[in-house]
Amino acid sequence: MKKKIILCVGILLLTALLLGLFQAVLMPKYMTDFREGALIGEYYGAAGGNDVLFVGDCEVYESFTPPTLWEEYGITSYVRGSAQQLIWQSYYLLEEMLETETPRVVVFNVYAMKYGEPQDEAANRKTLDGMRWSLSKLSAIQASKTEEESFLSYVFPILRFHSRWNQLSGEDFQYLFKKETVSHNGYMMQTAIDPKPEAPIQAPSLGDYTLPSVSFEYLDKMHALCKEKGAELILVKAPTNTRGYYWYDEWDAQIVDYAEENGLDYYNFIPLCEEIGIDWNTDTYDRGYHLNVYGAEKLTSYFGKLLSEAYGVPDRRGEADTARLWDEKVTAYQKEKNGET
Amino acid sequence: MLFTTGSFVLFASLTLLLYFTVPSRLQWWVLLGASLVFYALSGAEYLVFILYTATLTYVISRLLQKKADAEDSYVDAHREEMDKAQRKAYRADGKKKRFRLLVLGLILGLGMLAVLKYTAFVLGVASDIAVSFGGEGLAIPSLLLPLGISFYTFQSMGYLIDVYRKKARAETHYGKLLLFVSFFPQLLQGPISRFDSLHEQLITPHRFDGSSFRAGFLRVMWGYFKKLLMADTAMIGIKLLIESPEQYRGIYVFLLILLYSAQIYGDFTGGIDITIGLSEMMGIKLTENFNRPFSSKSTKEYWNRWHITMGAWFTDYVFYPLSVCRPMQRFSSFSVKRMGRAIGLRLPVYLATVVTWFLTGLWHGAGWNFIVWGLLNCLVILVSRELEPLYRVFHKRFPRLGSSGVWGAWCAVRTFLLMGLIRSLDCYRDVPTTFSQWASMVTVPNIGELFSGGLISFGLSFFDYGVILASAVTVFFVSRAGKDVPLRHRIADKPVLWCALVALLFSVVLIFGAYGIGYDASQFIYSQF
Repeated sequence: MKKKIILCVGILLLTALLLGLFQAVLMPKYMTDFREGALIGEYYGAAGGNDVLFVGDCEVYESFTPPTLWEEYGITSYVRGSAQQLIWQSYYLLEEMLETETPRVVVFNVYAMKYGEPQDEAANRKTLDGMRWSLSKLSAIQASKTEEESFLSYVFPILRFHSRWNQLSGEDFQYLFKKETVSHNGYMMQTAIDPKPEAPIQAPSLGDYTLPSVSFEYLDKMHALCKEKGAELILVKAPTNTRGYYWYDEWDAQIVDYAEENGLDYYNFIPLCEEIGIDWNTDTYDRGYHLNVYGAEKLTSYFGKLLSEAYGVPDRRGEADTARLWDEKVTAYQKEKNGET
Repeated sequence: MLFTTGSFVLFASLTLLLYFTVPSRLQWWVLLGASLVFYALSGAEYLVFILYTATLTYVISRLLQKKADAEDSYVDAHREEMDKAQRKAYRADGKKKRFRLLVLGLILGLGMLAVLKYTAFVLGVASDIAVSFGGEGLAIPSLLLPLGISFYTFQSMGYLIDVYRKKARAETHYGKLLLFVSFFPQLLQGPISRFDSLHEQLITPHRFDGSSFRAGFLRVMWGYFKKLLMADTAMIGIKLLIESPEQYRGIYVFLLILLYSAQIYGDFTGGIDITIGLSEMMGIKLTENFNRPFSSKSTKEYWNRWHITMGAWFTDYVFYPLSVCRPMQRFSSFSVKRMGRAIGLRLPVYLATVVTWFLTGLWHGAGWNFIVWGLLNCLVILVSRELEPLYRVFHKRFPRLGSSGVWGAWCAVRTFLLMGLIRSLDCYRDVPTTFSQWASMVTVPNIGELFSGGLISFGLSFFDYGVILASAVTVFFVSRAGKDVPLRHRIADKPVLWCALVALLFSVVLIFGAYGIGYDASQFIYSQF
């Protein structure tokens, strides 16, 4: 009898092990397609100790380049953003980072303020699957899951990705245990140039321009968290501006009011494009939706000056260990920019 | 609450845990509580209807029993004073009174089913007729159709008839009768149980029996295998084939017949496996509803193997009473006189068969598709019966061929395809479309399209075909191997093998099952009836 029990337990353990392994195989690796899905998980492989943390959606991971901040101002930073990252996801990601980091400044891109409800399952997975298990992740899942999603499928992603068994490719096995780095401290480089069309933007009328109250609730929480951790919260709106990604003046006014009421600084970079030097003929890779690396460097350079001068974020280029680490990052960044990788 | 949801798995697990941990005298209370919670979770408003049916059944059955007991007491008390003829007359009079009460119960019970399920259909037909005569169409109300209403109504009405026939004694405890009506594993899609085979088991305490538990669990897993691999994968293709009938004609209709056969088999037998398996885990044995139906060699045999409890219900409570009722006997005498013995004796049986199949079709759904489906089944059965002398001649002439495996296989394939063809009436939107699609199998020669991408043009990939085929082959061999003694009973007593099989089934269902985002999890088909 004892032998039978041991055998049964052995069978169950072996099954669990194999299913665990198969789950790892089935989970998307995001190494060639939809690479932004790998961003959130990459954070854990990078060293901490950042003075500036960026949180937000695609507008942050396409607009601010930590290597430029380092090269020009000696500022250490990380961008924790993912595609259509909702404000509560940004909040919980920040909460998670602030468990181990003590930044001077936290930068939040406000575009996601327009969403008051969970949006897209695929975007949720790209943001949440990459997070390590913590209370923050649990809360982020609860806040984010759409009606069709179940909490269990985040605990056991095989429930979500089992149907990939017939789409497996070499990538799924190649990156089973170790993934490549797709970003530069969270910045995802785009080198292509696809100019914004000349035609003026015809933004559709919305009727009601009130930003969802839940967004402000999370902004309050983010503000309180930063205060508690001794970091200054800065609100920004990246200079992406075209049809479908329109940032309405009515929305902007609400952010301006909120910033004033709460003593926060808010920078809307859209009207500052000329001052920053952004040329929409050369600085976007997708017809004005997002900046490419040339536009991102200009914006980062502009913003880095502010961070350095107005917010006193220190220049750490004199710290040998930090400099060695960041020089490596800059080298990798330059290589990718020059098409050497 | 669908069987394929995580919430059902959690619900069933908690019920099992509670069932085996409470004192045995409280076990049936656990089942009753779980059944009501289960039904309420499917829609709290549905509870009203099931409580109505249970209460009506309880009251009428108690009255029937009271009258029957009074009859018996009277006859016993006056045995000496009454001669045989008087006793007979007294009993006939009592039976008549009880019959009236039964009819009242049936009208009130089946009436609710009829109103909720068939009002829209009847009004629709009346409206069409009115419009065709130049009148105005009628407003058709949209009525709530409680889940599983056809099943629990039939089960309750069967019980009433059994009490009337004195085959069962009326249950005196309302809660116990409510449990018989609402037992949650079988509530949504049957099997339609009989009072004498289920009631006692539900209220009798059951000790945990490892062997029974393991056998039941294995059957539950097997049910999920059939439902999630075979049925729901096939469903992906079926949806598109039936949504665009104009586009998918000819050979695609044949493909639909095959896919729908796999789908309904996996769906219905899989659901019943989960029902019977879960009950078996608690020590409750439900009546089998299937017996390898696709191996049937004739339509009659098929209907003895497919949805057995429904067929038996219609046979016992509709066909037989109808065949022997007084008007039918008069009709029989009339037809024998007018048309001779050969035809005259057949006509009443055929009439009862037609009525039974008409009602069977109607039970499946309020629509012409279902009525035509029932009548076509009836036609095939009657034609087969008429051709029986011809078969006998054939078998006499070719005795070796008739008893060969090849002939048996041909008969099984023929029955499978014929039943599949008729079954496709479930799929298309109306009867003319179905007939047009059937005709296209002959008139549209497009078999070549299958080999130039047609096979994967309606949502199914080659991998999906692989899953359906592999699961169908597995089901075939497993059901064949277990035709005498179910495999699960043999395996349940070998814990290591059981454990390995559960692990294998779990893994296969987890990986290859059609569930979750990306698949539109389909409801069990029979829960809609």
